[in-house]
Amino acid sequence: MGDHHHGPAKGLSRWLFTTNHKDIGTMYLWFSFSMFLLGGFFAMIIRAELFQPGMQLIEPAFFNQMTTLHGLIMVFGAIMPSFVGLANWLIPLMIGAPDMALPRMNNWSFWILPPAFLLLASTLFMEGGAPAAGWTFYAPLSTTYAGPSVTYFIFCIHVLGLSSIMGSINIIATVMNMRAPGMTYMKMPLFVWTWLITAFLLVAVMPVLAGAVTMMLMDVHFGTSFFSAAGGGDPVLFQHIFWFFGHPEVYIIILPAFGVVSQIIPAFSRKPLFGYDSMVYATASIAFLSFIVWAHHMYTVGMPVAGELFFMYATMLIAVPTGVKVFNWISTMWRGALSFETPMLFSIGFIILFTIGGFTGLMLSIAPADFQYHDSYFVVAHFHYVMVAGAVFSMTAAIYFWLPKWCGRMYNETMGKTHFWISFIGFNLAFFPQHFVGLAGMPRRIPDYALQFADFNMMSSIGAFIYGASQILFLYNVIATIVAGDPVSDEKVWDGAEGLEWTLPTPVPYHTFETPPLVK
Amino acid sequence: MGFKAKRLCKLALGPVLLFMSVIAMAAGGEASSINMTPGVTELGREIYDLHMIILWICVAIGVAVFGVMFYSIIFHRKSRGVTPATFHESTTVEIAWTVVPFFILIAMAVPATTTLLTLYDTDDAELDILITGYQWKWKYEYLNEEGENVSFFSNLRTPQAEIYNDEAKGEYYLLEVDQPLVLPVDTKIRFLVTANDVIHSWWVPALAVKRDAIPGFINETWARPTEQGIYRGQCAELCGKSHGFMPIVVNVVSKEEYGEWIAAKQSEATEVKQLTSQDFTLDELMVRGESVYDTSCLACHGGKGEGGVGNAIAGSAVATGDINAHLEIGINGVPGTSMQAFGGQLSDVDMAAVITYQRNAFGNNMGDSLQPIDVYNYKKG
Repeated sequence: MGDHHHGPAKGLSRWLFTTNHKDIGTMYLWFSFSMFLLGGFFAMIIRAELFQPGMQLIEPAFFNQMTTLHGLIMVFGAIMPSFVGLANWLIPLMIGAPDMALPRMNNWSFWILPPAFLLLASTLFMEGGAPAAGWTFYAPLSTTYAGPSVTYFIFCIHVLGLSSIMGSINIIATVMNMRAPGMTYMKMPLFVWTWLITAFLLVAVMPVLAGAVTMMLMDVHFGTSFFSAAGGGDPVLFQHIFWFFGHPEVYIIILPAFGVVSQIIPAFSRKPLFGYDSMVYATASIAFLSFIVWAHHMYTVGMPVAGELFFMYATMLIAVPTGVKVFNWISTMWRGALSFETPMLFSIGFIILFTIGGFTGLMLSIAPADFQYHDSYFVVAHFHYVMVAGAVFSMTAAIYFWLPKWCGRMYNETMGKTHFWISFIGFNLAFFPQHFVGLAGMPRRIPDYALQFADFNMMSSIGAFIYGASQILFLYNVIATIVAGDPVSDEKVWDGAEGLEWTLPTPVPYHTFETPPLVK
Repeated sequence: MGFKAKRLCKLALGPVLLFMSVIAMAAGGEASSINMTPGVTELGREIYDLHMIILWICVAIGVAVFGVMFYSIIFHRKSRGVTPATFHESTTVEIAWTVVPFFILIAMAVPATTTLLTLYDTDDAELDILITGYQWKWKYEYLNEEGENVSFFSNLRTPQAEIYNDEAKGEYYLLEVDQPLVLPVDTKIRFLVTANDVIHSWWVPALAVKRDAIPGFINETWARPTEQGIYRGQCAELCGKSHGFMPIVVNVVSKEEYGEWIAAKQSEATEVKQLTSQDFTLDELMVRGESVYDTSCLACHGGKGEGGVGNAIAGSAVATGDINAHLEIGINGVPGTSMQAFGGQLSDVDMAAVITYQRNAFGNNMGDSLQPIDVYNYKKG
């Protein structure tokens, strides 16, 4: 073996120069959690200001910076990197590969993220403040009417896009080339399938976003008029380009979450996943449909009626494969032998709340009704049901599910269950009332509101504070587990868990599957 | 059922029951604070019905799906000593739950299509109104009236003191304007919606109208209110700092009342035109200028000219410098800043008054003044 080293290097250089998929996965997860806390802190500021009518704590201009940064950081800094971290940790273990296919690029795609977000956060201290045009940054509010920080924001988006594209190429290369002998595509765990499809979505749409922000850059600094009608351009073009990226983006966020839940539900039902094949086909259909529905975010923009009808029908169709997924999860539970450890609780919470978000999504797809829903708090409630109760709940479930395997220590189950119930109650208290104020006419992204919305907003703020506080408990539980959790040494930490990662020793060694396993 | 299962059953059903009861509450009552308003137009009632049908379909599916799930959670527990089944596919069932939702969707799409076609049918309107969004106010222009064209701005009327909690908030806090849009009842009104700076969106829930106001585009929509009354809405598209502070108030009145109102507005417009050729004393200009300042300048430049978002006016180089340079900024704004071009927003009389006011208030004792005719000539070049 000679100079082959088997353990990690020591000190800072271990993390700075690592090409180990587990180290990089860990860094992604900690980074995304810190971004989750930062984005959450901004959300707390927003909810504190909205606690009662009137301006109390912050100024309207700063409020807009908070909503903008909250959205950008949660989408690009918290949720997306967290699933990339999970992919790094799990895909090689699940397909029996020794590491990712492109380990040095893996290091690079992580390490460009922290500077990008540092740059984004630093805009808060610039003259004119941080970007304030919303996470959707519609032109011309984000171009002609934006402060000087928009240039830094554009650079940040470019770097994030670069990171995502490199990460996706890595995942595609790994899944296509490094599967263990016998691991055919239709034997891959669903988490690997959903990530493979997600990676293709990312490679397809991140360049579109890069194009959009480059056009913004040209408009701001080089005198072009892509998005300015006065110069022959078109502000609506920005929205078309943005949502051509933005709609696949929401599936980029939710598909890996589907994958996670498809691993956890069978484990705690002690029964194989129902309808594996149809799960794969449903994921692929959702991915395909995601490219032809973007303009349902723009029903009120003044499209011709034929376009409006096309996007309405296409959007409604998404309910079919999504329904298939929900039915399959429930059929997996049916006549299983269920137990309700924390990962299962979060997964069931995911199914219930994501389905509610799916229902409101179906309502929003109905174009004529959307003329009342659009840009109201009903939309805010809808996408928090799918983003938070969807993506974040499933991510939380994933951490509780795999953390004992990774570090060989068990988390505190009572604390985990407490975390679930506080999260579940806090989340619903925060976001369910937003359906009502939205339907009753409260627009989104306003720093102050009319008196009839006061009660529900106060409930919503209290719920948000509860949900926010529950994440501190989560952080404590995770650290306590890593430092001093009860040791576990069973290969299968959970008796119902299936898959190659559970054949490895616990805790998982630094290098795994140096000899590929044989999959029957 | 064991004690533990019973307890869990209660815990699990709690949120479902809460959800159901809330939905049931949402379904009752017309002007609800928890549900969409049917509003005062035929189209609004159609949209409301569509919304309720789809809501109930979703509730029904939800009850069925969650019902099965909770049955499983309660009865298929490991703690009850069950042996897990091993089935993992069923082509028949899988085809059924792909095809059945498809037909449910078709059933939803049919009424949705009809309503959407109605929503897009702007033909045969009896009155055209051009709505222009500005940062942060609305401008209304009545287009096909005979005689003088009527147009005016509609600004937030809620005082800053209420917003910053120095005074008790009024009943229509943030939903009140200085000049509402006045519409005749039982008349098909076509709204032409556009914007002057960034994208806004004109939303009045009771009229079931929401249209994006986009600079360089003119969007069309319509409403035919069938009941008189005052209806309130807000800008729905993020448009900058004061996005939450540009409400919409629509006053639907009888056709007779509308006729009188529009006639009064027309003579007012004629009067303003005549005023342009009149001479004013400094005092007259100062009085008029103060009220113009309060509605158009105060939000950015402060109540004492001390500045804020905008530069200070008290002692500023502009307000104490060349009067024509001052007027130039008033008319054309300062590109690239939040100082807008007010030339199209203020009448020549108001422009002359407010420039004069700024030069002679807040300790700026310039003693000079502008007459409306000076503004008129400056604009003509």
